[in-house]
Order: sequence, then structure tokens, then C-alpha cells
Amino acid sequence: MILHEFLSFEILRVIWWLLLGVLLIGFALTDGFDLGVGTLLPFVARTDVERRIVINTVGPVWEGNQVWFILGGGAIFAAWPPLYAVSFSGFYIAMFLILAALILRPVGFKYRSKRDSAAWRSAWDWALFVGGFVPALVFGVAMGNVLQGVPFRLNDDLMTVYDGGFFGLLNPFALLAGVVSVAMLVMHGGNWLALKSEGVVAERAKRYAATAALVTVAGFVLAGLWLAVGVDGYALADPAATGGPSNPLLSEIRHGGSWLAAYGARPWIAVAPILGIGGALLAYRQVHRNREVLTLMGSSLSILGIIATVGLTMFPVILPSSIQPDASLTVWDSSSSHLTLFVMLVSTVIFMPLILLYTAWVYKVLWGKVTENDVTDSDHAY
Amino acid sequence: MELDVVELSRLQFAMTAMYHFLFVPLTLGLSILVAIMETVYVMTNRPIWRQMTKFWGTLFGINFVLGVATGITMEFQFGMNWSYYSHYVGDIFGAPLAIEGLMAFFLEATFVGLFFFGWDKLSKVAHMIVAWLVAIGSNFSALWILIANGWMQNPVGAEFNPVTMRMEMTSFFDVMFNEVAQAKFVHTVSAGYVTAAVFVLGVSAWYLLKNRHVELARRSIAVAASFGLAAALSVVVLGDESGYSATHTQKMKLASIEAMWETHDAPAPFTLVGLPDKENRETHYAIEVPYAMGLIGTRSLTQEMPGINDLVAEAEERIRSGQIAYDALMDIRAAKGDAAPEATARFEAHSDDLGFALLLKRYVEDPRAATDEQIAMAAEDTIPGVFPLFWAFRIMVALGFSFIAVMAYFFYRASFRGMDFPRPALWFAVFIIPTPWIAAELGWFVAEYGRQPWTVDGVLPTALSVSQLSITQVALTLAGFVAFYSVLFVIEMGLMIKFIRKGPYQDVELVEDWFRRHDRPAAAHGSVAHPAE
Repeated sequence: MILHEFLSFEILRVIWWLLLGVLLIGFALTDGFDLGVGTLLPFVARTDVERRIVINTVGPVWEGNQVWFILGGGAIFAAWPPLYAVSFSGFYIAMFLILAALILRPVGFKYRSKRDSAAWRSAWDWALFVGGFVPALVFGVAMGNVLQGVPFRLNDDLMTVYDGGFFGLLNPFALLAGVVSVAMLVMHGGNWLALKSEGVVAERAKRYAATAALVTVAGFVLAGLWLAVGVDGYALADPAATGGPSNPLLSEIRHGGSWLAAYGARPWIAVAPILGIGGALLAYRQVHRNREVLTLMGSSLSILGIIATVGLTMFPVILPSSIQPDASLTVWDSSSSHLTLFVMLVSTVIFMPLILLYTAWVYKVLWGKVTENDVTDSDHAY
Repeated sequence: MELDVVELSRLQFAMTAMYHFLFVPLTLGLSILVAIMETVYVMTNRPIWRQMTKFWGTLFGINFVLGVATGITMEFQFGMNWSYYSHYVGDIFGAPLAIEGLMAFFLEATFVGLFFFGWDKLSKVAHMIVAWLVAIGSNFSALWILIANGWMQNPVGAEFNPVTMRMEMTSFFDVMFNEVAQAKFVHTVSAGYVTAAVFVLGVSAWYLLKNRHVELARRSIAVAASFGLAAALSVVVLGDESGYSATHTQKMKLASIEAMWETHDAPAPFTLVGLPDKENRETHYAIEVPYAMGLIGTRSLTQEMPGINDLVAEAEERIRSGQIAYDALMDIRAAKGDAAPEATARFEAHSDDLGFALLLKRYVEDPRAATDEQIAMAAEDTIPGVFPLFWAFRIMVALGFSFIAVMAYFFYRASFRGMDFPRPALWFAVFIIPTPWIAAELGWFVAEYGRQPWTVDGVLPTALSVSQLSITQVALTLAGFVAFYSVLFVIEMGLMIKFIRKGPYQDVELVEDWFRRHDRPAAAHGSVAHPAE
């Protein structure tokens, strides 16, 4: 194959860094409201019918949404193998918690209403809560740790050794990041419920969404200030060989300085945090005015802005090592080969538009509020 | 056996993968059977076919959800427990996994919700198309997963890059059209179809025995038996194709399955049964069929098939060649990015055997320093467990052939004996429900256990592939998975049985409507149960 030479290795790496962001954001925008709805389930719905309404607002779509997560894992494996190898083995117990929580979720959706027993249903309601809350929290905590640097080493064979335990992950900054993550997805889930349900459930959802929007903004701003004064950044020591081989040990990384120096070098990236805050404020203002679509767009913009903020602030670093900074993974030294990135890009260009198209069609078919009749008069509702 | 991180990680992977594969084959086959039933409904407009679609669709849904849930673990486990593997071959292995998500899993998961929730929101034809999209998505999913797995068995289209210390893709085309992957794909999906056919057959037989839902059960048997007969034939034929490709790709696996210790003059006999003894390198009480192995394995009367002893000798040579490659690799690394033409040439001449040198890492930190004894031990390690492979394979094959007989029998009774099934045959159909799962799990056991001591055949040893985790960590997650999965299994079985007992959902309005259109009063038939009943 010579075709792949048309796109330089450097450009492909930047494209795949962007696509990594697209996948994470796609996951947070779609499966994010499922996680938020799961977290809100015990609080916005009290009777069995109310709970079934809440579950059925995401019932037909969560399965497709979750594929963003699976695809994210697959794409990291294919496009950033060192990132996949280092992060998943390093965050071993945290990953196990996410898996366990995410496995509860499909089973909960599908099995909850298949028996009449109240104890059975209540147990699954709590399983759905765990399945929403735990991943939302752990994703945020993981992000918080990535910003501070993760204690891993690479030996000369590029074998990774992680030098820290699970509880080391639960430091104050990381927990703050966890709070932002939960608040942001609860805001989004609440807005989704406001769009898809009516009456008392929708009203409760709106109240939680409004509070969550404020917590998101406050937590995000606080984390930004903390980054400015309390967390050391990582940067490439020399101008990088952007088209060189993917061996993380070949480049030198400086630990010290501030992450926020990126905003001096590339002021335009400030648009990301502005979106993060502005979107949440928009959602907060509109949530009680029955403009559900606008509100949901507000929380979507906020999520997009917040995730983009993390990526753009760290660029070109992807996963810094706190104990062996030179082992840190960057855009220029931890990708797949030139050919693999190209093959994957071609597949993405073919299938991603199709995915967006049929997903949009499915949402259109399912458009409209889920009512009490929908769940009581149906042989297939959850 | 001492349990270290490698053994525990293998145990966890085997456990989660085999558990995942309890649900996958039924998904593969039932998705297609349901789509076929719905197509008949759309073509004939008879409500019973809609009822069948919905009933088998419900069971499909209960099963599907656990397939999805346990599949999440599979996608992430490579990075969690097999991080060196992920680094070493991610450049090739990751691609089919990601394409699976893009091309197949998105399709099936997006439309499966609409399948259940779209009955009142879509036209009949649109809903049928949705059912087919779910089926196509599931089956394409299997294609890409088996391309990934096929590469582990027969790593084509890739070479080692000394600078990045990993395998890198040289031809995506070769990876995709890997002959092993293609044969495995059709063999595996056909096994899924057989599984679903046996399941539908067994459940329907139970209804006939209880004299319930007779019309639904009879029609279901007719569909299942014809579909199952074609699938059962395909499983055996394509299984043979897999065996044929193994004769030149995975000689050691094949020789172990056959317990073929010595190279035999062509054409080699096939050992029907016997007791393989790895220690003494012989098979006790062997009953042999002359010529058969040579014919199956090479499709010729003249080509020789190497035995285990010769293959071990060959492995020893490759280990010594691999040591040269390893030495050259260290020289290239010492040059720190400067050109080292001599070392590079030496490396390229022996790079195909680098993986064999890595087998020595179990015994010695630097493979170059290995003693003759250690080399002999590493060569010995290339023999997988012969006894379990020998028997797992034979049980699988015996089951495979018996599915053909069962399906042919029911197909005959359904087509030419007016759907009249003797009660003993029906009971038999109920009792064999678990057997296709046994065959499928044994098949995976043969494929993966037979690949040992490698994760990627000839490229990367299993012992080297694991993450640097503590025994406590892996033991903790293993215990977690066992407990968690056991609970889910009990719940799933409970729901399956509950919904099978409950039987199909009676869509009263639809049935009354059918009677009205056919100008027959429902009351004349005594009930509104079902027009055909």
C-alpha cells in the first residue's frame, strides 16, 4: 500500500487525536445522559410507574449509545496502543469498577420490569443508579489523575509497570474532577428527562438539572484555579519530531511549569473553557422555561467544552508519567503505525457518517415524550 | 500447578470469554431466525408469524443483553490484563476490534432498541428491515472479531519494528483475508446457527409435549430444522477447512489434537480414540483409521504431516535462530537511533524467529545467555496439553455430526410426515438443548488452548504478554467476575425459563382483526386464542 503516504504521519496523528476527542465527546453526549438518568433514577421517580417512565426515556437508545464507549476502547487500542496498554492496566481496579457498573446497567434495563416483585424492581433500580453514578465518577477521577500525572514506568522493552495503588487515585484534585464529571452528566441527564417526560417527573428532573448546572460551573472553575496554582504541568522539552517512530522513550518531557502556559502559546483554545461554562449557564437559564431542546443543547455544549478543555490544555501530551516523565505518552510518540492510522481513518470516514445518519433516524422515530400509557399498555416496554 | 499472575490472568480471560460465548452463538442464530420469521409475516400477513417473531424476539432480547454486557469486559480486558500484548500487537490486533465497533456493533445495538420499541412506530416492512439490520450487525460483528482472533492464530501481514519494539501492520488486506480468519468465521457463525436451531427446536418440542401453542411450535420446528440442517452441514465442512489450513499454519496445534507423536509416512492414519500420554510421547489403546488423517489434513496421498517430536526439534532450531535476532535487536537498540546496517541485516535475516527466543524469557532474563538445557525446555514448552486437546476435539466433532442427524430427522418429519413427531423424539430434542453450547465451548478451547504457549502464534509467548499486576489484584477481579457472572447467570436462566413457561404473548386485537378480515366469527372457533389453533 502506497496510498497512505498521501497523508503524512504527523497529520494522521493529529486527526486521530481529534477523533479520540470526538469519540469521548460522542460517548459523553449520548451515553452521558443515560448515565445521568441512571444517577437521577431514585431521586426523580418515586412510584413504580414513574420509575418505568424514567427508564423508558433511555430504554430504546442506551444500547446504541453505549457503543460509543466500546468503540472508544477499540479506537484507543487501534490508534493509540501504548495509551490503551498503560492506562487500562494502570487503572486496573478502577477499570474493573467501571466494567462491573456498566455490566449492571444493560441487565438492569432489560430485566427490571420482567418480574412484578417490588423487591426485585427496587434492587434493579439501585443497580441502575450504581451503573450510572460509578462510571460517571470514575471517569472524572481518572481524568483528574491524568492531569496530575500517573505513576508508571516503561522499561527498554516498553513494558509498563504501574507504581501506585487504587486508593492513590482518590486524591482531592481527582475527586473534584469526579464531582465535575458527575454534575455535568446529571445536568445532561436531567435535561434529557425534561425533554422526554412530563408532569412531576419532568419538574423534579429540571430542579436537579439546574442545581447540577451550577455545580458543574463552580467545580470546573475551581479546578481551573487549582490547575493554575497547585498542579504542575508537563510539556515537551524540545520541539518534537512529529513524524518519528512511536517510542515514548525517545522524547524528553519537562515536568514543572504550568498546564495553563498552553493558553499563552495558543490563546484561541480559551474558547473551550468558555463553552464549558457558557453552555452550563445557558442550560441553567433555560431549564425552567420549557425550552427543552435549547436546554439540552446547552448541556451538550458544556460537555463538549469541558472535555475539549482537558485535551487542548494537555496537547501534545496525552498521558504524563509522574515518576518517569520521559516515558509520558504524547501525540507524536504513542500512536499506531502510519499504515494502521490510515486504514482506521478510511474505515471511520466510511462508517461514521452512516452511524450518525441512522442514529439520527432512530432518534427521530422515537421522538416524543414517554407517557404513563406507553409503559403500562405495552408488552415490550422496560 | 502454581498459580502466578500469568495463570490467573489466563484463567480470568478464559472464564470471561467462555461466559461471553454462552450468549453469542444464540444471538448470532436467533437474530437470523427471528428476521426470517418476521419476513414470512410480512409476506403472508398471518398473525401467527408475528406472534412467533415477538415470542422468539423476547427470548433473543434476554439473551442479547448479557452478550452485550459481557462483551464490554472483552473489549477492555486486553489492556487491563494483557498490557504487553496490547503494546506488542495493538497496531494490528486493535484495528479489527475498532472496525467491529464502527461497522457492526453500532448497527446492531442502535437497531435492537428499535426492534423492541418500534412495533407501533414503524411500518411492517420498515420493522422487518430493522430486524435484518440487527441480524446483519451481529454477524458482521463476529466477522471482525474472528479476523482479530485469526491473526493470533496465523499472524500475516505484519512485521517487527525494532525501534518501536512491536509488531506493525504491513498489509491490511492480508490481515483481513487471512485464510484462517475466513474459515473460522463461517465455522463459528454456522455453529451459532446450529445453537439457535437446537434451542428453538427444543423449546418448541417441549410445547408440543405439553400440548401448548401447537401451531407456533410446529412452525418453529419447521423453520429451525431446515435452517439448522444447512447450518450443521456448514459447521462440519468449514471445520474441516479450518483443519486444512492448520496443516500449514499451526502444525503443532494439529499434531497435538491428533496426538501424532512421530511423523508418519504419507498418508498418515487418523487416531479415532486413544489415551495420549505426553510424558512418554505415545498414545495408549489407539484405534486408528488408515490414511484418514493424511487425506483430511493435506488432501493428498503423498504429502507428509510432521509429528510432535519433529516439530519440537524444529522449534529448537528456531529458538537458536531467534537468539541471533535478539542479539541483533540489542545492537540496534544500543545504536540509539543511529544507522546500524550490519545489525539490521542480521536482524532481518532472523526476525521471523524472534518470538522463539522470547520463549526463553521464562527461564532466563537475557535469552542470549540461555543454556542448552534451557533451550531444550523452551522447545518442549511448544507442545500444548495433548490429552485435553485430543478429547475436546473428538467430543466436538462427534457432537457436530450428531447435529446433522438430528436436524435431518426433524426436517424429514416436518416436510414429509405432516409435522408428526413421535414423543420420544420430542423428549430427545428437549434434552439436547445444552449440547451445542458444549460443542462451541470445546471448539474455542481447542482453538485457544491449542495455541499455547503463544498468545500470537510464533510471535509472542503468553507468559510475556501479561500486565505487571500483583497476584492480589488479579485474584480480586477474578473472584469478582466469578461471583458477579454467576449471579447474572442464575438470573438469566430464571428469566428464560419464566418466559418460556409463560409462552407467547396473545395479541387479541390482531387476531380478532384477522377473523374479521377473513369473514369468520371468532366465537365459532370457541376462543380468540389463535386463528390457526
